[in-house]
Amino acid sequence: MSAIVFERVSRSFDGRRVVDDVSLELVEHRIGIVGANGSGKSTLARMINGLVEPDAGRVLVDGLDVAKQGREVRRRVGFVFTNADTQIVMPTVREDVAFTLRRHRLAPAEANERVDAALARFGLTELAERPAHRLSGGQKQLLALASVLVGHPAILVADEPTTLLDARNARRVARHLAGLDEQLVVVSHQLELLDDFDRVIVMEGGRVVCDDVPAVALPRYRELIDTEDEADDGVTDAAERTRP
Amino acid sequence: MIGVFHPGGSLVHRAPALLKLGLLAALVTAIALQHSVLVLAGACLVVAGIVALARVPLRLLWRQLVPLLWLLAIAVPIQLLVAGWELAVTVALRLLLAVVLAGVYSLTTPVTETLDAAQTLLRPFRRWIDADRVGLALALAIRAIPLLGEIVAEVLDARRARGAEGSIRAVAVPVIVRALRTADHLGEALVARGLDD
Repeated sequence: MSAIVFERVSRSFDGRRVVDDVSLELVEHRIGIVGANGSGKSTLARMINGLVEPDAGRVLVDGLDVAKQGREVRRRVGFVFTNADTQIVMPTVREDVAFTLRRHRLAPAEANERVDAALARFGLTELAERPAHRLSGGQKQLLALASVLVGHPAILVADEPTTLLDARNARRVARHLAGLDEQLVVVSHQLELLDDFDRVIVMEGGRVVCDDVPAVALPRYRELIDTEDEADDGVTDAAERTRP
Repeated sequence: MIGVFHPGGSLVHRAPALLKLGLLAALVTAIALQHSVLVLAGACLVVAGIVALARVPLRLLWRQLVPLLWLLAIAVPIQLLVAGWELAVTVALRLLLAVVLAGVYSLTTPVTETLDAAQTLLRPFRRWIDADRVGLALALAIRAIPLLGEIVAEVLDARRARGAEGSIRAVAVPVIVRALRTADHLGEALVARGLDD
């Protein structure tokens, strides 16, 4: 497996510290990141392939500094976003998958072979000539996965890949993610997706508050949510009591 | 070109995109310069032959022609009144033949092949123009059409749900904001796919 290293990484947006002095070494096959909105989990994930650069500290992928060797890092790290719609560039499914390989300068036969394999891997062969923007949400997310993995990255980072999907499609995408050989870093609110992962990192206020196996980290995250809910209920009750 | 391509194995499908583009340009120019109704009628037979050779479904070709029919419905009667039947028929045939030929091209050529052809054409100018970047810009322009369509449809639904049906501002502002945000996301996705260099 590849090694993703965060060395005392911090990042602020509009004066607010979103990631605060985080140090991690990720070498496991499947790693999950959970946390409330604004906890810094997506920013942390985006730093892995240089979509966001740290203000302080550095991120290394297999020894390559993401800030200085972004192009090499992006060849190793594929990224799947929440909204698959904004990842589709070409009109048809096949063309969109092939689009990733344009910069690889492969021979047409080899490129076709890789596109066919990627389509078959995600059950998209039958839809190859269909307009990509007319696919269902689940099919679009599978297309996004195929389009990224056709480039043979060693690491796949997925930022809430199932959030916009219905239960059936979310399960379908989760099944595909679970079967990947590539090293996987998944940011998700859907905790059941991370049950079988090797490691789960819980983020809160830009810091890592728990870093353990799912059996330990997920209950810790649930506790954290429950505590916040109780605090919110307390505020609501107080507001209702003061209402005239 | 947005998802119009119809896969097939005909001679026209297999012909290189650059050759097809060249032939399309030459035929459309020849048709546009032709004034004789008789010669244009002959051109109809040639174009019918090309359609048969391409083996594309006629209903798909018809769909390409529908927007033109509206134009013809206005232009032909005006030409008939102002310039006589001969010019009216000439104009109608020129337009019809040009759109049918363009339709055959779109139906038999994937967008990626058109982009490759555009890049090949631009290669002699590579000192001044980045052909890859132009190809990417063309692809994004084509992709933006359905994406914007979806944004407008969603905003119109939201406006209707909130009872603000008469307000143009209630459409324009969210459409612009969402279009810009979508452009940001699309840019981010391109960077993530290694297309930032």
